[in-house]
Amino acid sequence: MKTFSYFPGCSLEKMATSYHQSSVQTTKALDIDLQELEDWNCCGATTYFHVDELLAYTLVGRNLAMAEKAGHDLVAPCSACFKNAYFANSYLKEDEDLANHINYALAQDNLQFSGTIQVKHLMEVFVDDVGYDTLQERVTHPLKDLRVAPYYGCQIVRPRKDHEDVENPRFFEELITAIGADPVDFANRLRCCGGSLLITSRPAAFQLIYELLLNAQHSQADVIATACPLCQTNLECYQMQINQEFGTDFKIPVLYFTQLIGLALGLPPKKLGIGTEFVSADHILTFAKEPA
Amino acid sequence: MSEQFEPVIVGFLCNWCSYRAADLAGTSRMKYAPNMRAIRVMCSGRVDPQFVLKALREGADGVLIAGCHPGECHYVEGNIKALRRYILLKRMLKQWGIEPERVQLVWASASEGNVLADAVDRMTEEVRALGPLQWRKSVLGGNGHQPVAAAEVEVKVEEV
Amino acid sequence: MSEKVGVYVCHCGTNIAGTVDVEEVSKWAGEQPNVVCSRDYKFMCSSLGQELIEEDIKEQGLTRIVVAACSPHMHEKTFRGATERGGLNPYLFEMANIREHNSWATNDKEAATQKAKALIDAAVERVIHHQPLEPIPVEINPTTLIVGGGIAGITAALELANAGNHVVMVEREPSIGGHMAQLDKTFPTLDCSACILTPKMVDVGQHPNITLYTWSEVEDISGYIGNFKATVRKKARYVIEELCTGCGICEEKCPRKVVDEVFEAGLAQRKAIYRPFPQAVPKYPVLDPPNCTYFERGKCKACQILCPTGAIDFEQQDELIEIPVGNVILATGYDLFDSKRIPQYGYGRLANVFTSLEFERMVNASGPTGGSIVLRDGETVPKSVAIIHCVGSRDNNYHEYCSKVCCMYSLKFAHLVHERVPDAEVYNFYLDIRTPGKGYEEFYNRLLEEGTHFIRGRAADITDAARLPGEEGKLIVQAEDTLIGKQRRVPVDMVILSAGMEARHDSVDVSLMFGMGCDFNGFFTERHPKLDPIATMTEGVFIAGACQGPKDIPDSVAQGAAAAARVGGLISQGTVMMEPVRASINKEACSGCRICNDLCPYNAIIFHEDQKVSEVITALCQGCGTCVAACPSSAITGAHFTNDQVLSEIEGLLWDVRERQAVPA
Repeated sequence: MKTFSYFPGCSLEKMATSYHQSSVQTTKALDIDLQELEDWNCCGATTYFHVDELLAYTLVGRNLAMAEKAGHDLVAPCSACFKNAYFANSYLKEDEDLANHINYALAQDNLQFSGTIQVKHLMEVFVDDVGYDTLQERVTHPLKDLRVAPYYGCQIVRPRKDHEDVENPRFFEELITAIGADPVDFANRLRCCGGSLLITSRPAAFQLIYELLLNAQHSQADVIATACPLCQTNLECYQMQINQEFGTDFKIPVLYFTQLIGLALGLPPKKLGIGTEFVSADHILTFAKEPA
Repeated sequence: MSEQFEPVIVGFLCNWCSYRAADLAGTSRMKYAPNMRAIRVMCSGRVDPQFVLKALREGADGVLIAGCHPGECHYVEGNIKALRRYILLKRMLKQWGIEPERVQLVWASASEGNVLADAVDRMTEEVRALGPLQWRKSVLGGNGHQPVAAAEVEVKVEEV
Repeated sequence: MSEKVGVYVCHCGTNIAGTVDVEEVSKWAGEQPNVVCSRDYKFMCSSLGQELIEEDIKEQGLTRIVVAACSPHMHEKTFRGATERGGLNPYLFEMANIREHNSWATNDKEAATQKAKALIDAAVERVIHHQPLEPIPVEINPTTLIVGGGIAGITAALELANAGNHVVMVEREPSIGGHMAQLDKTFPTLDCSACILTPKMVDVGQHPNITLYTWSEVEDISGYIGNFKATVRKKARYVIEELCTGCGICEEKCPRKVVDEVFEAGLAQRKAIYRPFPQAVPKYPVLDPPNCTYFERGKCKACQILCPTGAIDFEQQDELIEIPVGNVILATGYDLFDSKRIPQYGYGRLANVFTSLEFERMVNASGPTGGSIVLRDGETVPKSVAIIHCVGSRDNNYHEYCSKVCCMYSLKFAHLVHERVPDAEVYNFYLDIRTPGKGYEEFYNRLLEEGTHFIRGRAADITDAARLPGEEGKLIVQAEDTLIGKQRRVPVDMVILSAGMEARHDSVDVSLMFGMGCDFNGFFTERHPKLDPIATMTEGVFIAGACQGPKDIPDSVAQGAAAAARVGGLISQGTVMMEPVRASINKEACSGCRICNDLCPYNAIIFHEDQKVSEVITALCQGCGTCVAACPSSAITGAHFTNDQVLSEIEGLLWDVRERQAVPA
């Protein structure tokens, strides 16, 4: 039984409760214990580091310090939370001055950053801590013939910049294969979804989302799998508007990878938060079948 | 002579890299401290620790050993052997009370005239700050006429 | 008996005299012990300056000479010559470097003068301990080993063989010809590569002075210049060469097809028993056991059954052949940068992205498509082609260096597309256009006139994800067009990646085997980058061609010929004099501790079990002195760098500070 400090992040509280539900359900089923950090705070998302760097580091540092206190590595399902926590963790470890600065503030809360834990994206827990083989063994309802477009998004690979595979990661595809589904050749899998541009500059974001959906449609994907609540929202919730603007006919369900894993493990869809999508994922459920 | 203390540094430069680097520094008319006087050896691996000690004993305030970068030694790995000896030598010198800045090892390839010139400048200032070595006082001890170690032994014999 | 030292202080015009008070220094030198003659002169290296030395030796009976002037790297040879002409052994000479190390490096005249005295005193003290030394004669075996049968190796072999020397050529592939045999046309003249190469290949194959081992590799080499012993592994072809007529029936009838990853760059197939290309030299085919039905399952044997002369021998073994040679020329060529390392370019994932070597085979008239430019499906003719320059080159993520030939061959490709697909649009994405050779810039202008689109910008991405109308079903090259300052997406049918040349994947192992070095990119290290690009730091081992660095055919030929000329010179000398700066062990003093044995990078020290002493093999010793420094008994003497010499040099160097520190005797 492996234990991690779980950092759901602001999105999973409200907008992406289905990600939270499916994360908790699937990890539990695979003997991974996610212990939610008590009193965690916002990670600053994509914007705060550009507003006030020192405060942003302190914000993230607080979460890291709490995870250190709990004594477990930190796991974040949201790619932006993950990226912030990962880089803050490594920079604070390298830069003694910076660490001293934020520790001064953290001390007010009886916390201290010492750099004793690692930060992981939830997907890494499935890939490294569970492993493809174990996952495959535990799958009871392999998603045979389900064509899944693995949408990594642009943030999840940034910490891997010193890895050989940073321009060509394969771990999401392998995860999909492990649960019995078919990963399609999705050329734009590492491209940005627009993120919060959706709010500040809709035309730019729409262009990006349009290209992603077009590429997924071309690859004949049945569903797009994501690993970040913002990616999921951007890709799913605006398909109608995009169809109007670009004259397309997109109707591609967008699910979290944890929801697909949950289906493959035979967990009930409602428990995985499936059923409330903008683009219905009902027909995806039919793929989760016990082998004859 | 200027009133300032001018340290004398003996340099052991290898024929293929660092000696040529010093040549290049001169050809490029780089001006740097004249305090290093060079001795050419074929390879930094030829530098016997006794050469270093001899130089310090005979009045040098510092010794610079300069060889090719690891991986570039004309004789494959002579510079690595020099490095090994250098590390052991430094430990020994420390026990004798000789400051670590007085004996230094640098790597400079034949095209790095500036590296060598900078190393000489830097080392000259470091040794200047330390002052003259005064081998007799620092290593032999006392007023130099009788080694301290020999005196101690005599005392012990008397005690017995 | 004390020595009579002559000291000569050179002015070098004002180079030295402008900073160092040469007259004062010369006068001071004359007052030092053992110095009987001290002069200063304007230009010691001039014939008059040298004659001063010669005359003084004869008239004053000088026994040692010191010249205080420039660096020994400039004129040590010159003055040793003068010393010898005066009647002394040339090693009874020492130089004090008071120019590069002194007058040129400081403006402080007082300090420079003081330092000059120290450097001269050091030289005087040292030279007194010099011994006469004789260069060591080594006989040169006139046979030369050439490793690699590409254009550089072929050139070297023919030059030497035509001059009447025996050459042994070892080539790893079944045929000689190297990468040049894969090419179609060569820039800028667009000569057919095979047409200019194959006659030379035939010459090599038929030359009475060349022994050719193909499908072979050098497994080991020992010895020293003039006296190497190479062990060559002649891999089993499973064909008896004496019986084979090269009729080709075995290849024709063989039922097994294999993708030819080597010669055809993966674009075509070959048989399990094959010749890499029709003009292969030698003509004997090679059998590939992992893909042969007989070796797999014991069935078939079609080749053996149908061979009219019974030349197939499935029992054939590798042969190890020992070959004594005098010199070695390494001409092992290059590997092409693996484009899979840049996933953004889609090579391997996107069907119609080709590497340069793949495209070369495609446009080759005897290649897999008969010279037609078609997409991977083998049929569709592309209407637009993008050629990406600098793939893997000029790139901190892969190779920082420029691969020299790619601009030219990229232009060549553009031309070939224009020629064979007249209506096609051709886009070259470049960083700079590098065309330094004869006719190269003119070739570039020709391509401009042919209507090639040149876009200055490193291609960022090649994708099949269409975004705009007109991009469906195309490959889209995305790049910043830096001349207009805009991002561009150019949809094309075919992309060619101009990948760079890199060192062979095993170049480090090869260099270790031959006792020389590689640079950080894996290319063999030359003795001097400007003045000696074909020699290495190891006597008797030379390099030529792309193994020394990326280069085109004319430069490879030039280097091959240069290496041959150098070797030819050594052969015609018959005997070579080696510098006597070597180590020797005094048997009496050697305690047999063997500390020195493993220290020698040239394995030049052997241990005599019977006498329990070590010995230095003089010819192998390169004179580094590491063993001399390591010997705890001082039993090893490093000629010309003895302990006495260096210790005296130190004393002389510290002439002005010795009084303040000297330990009582």
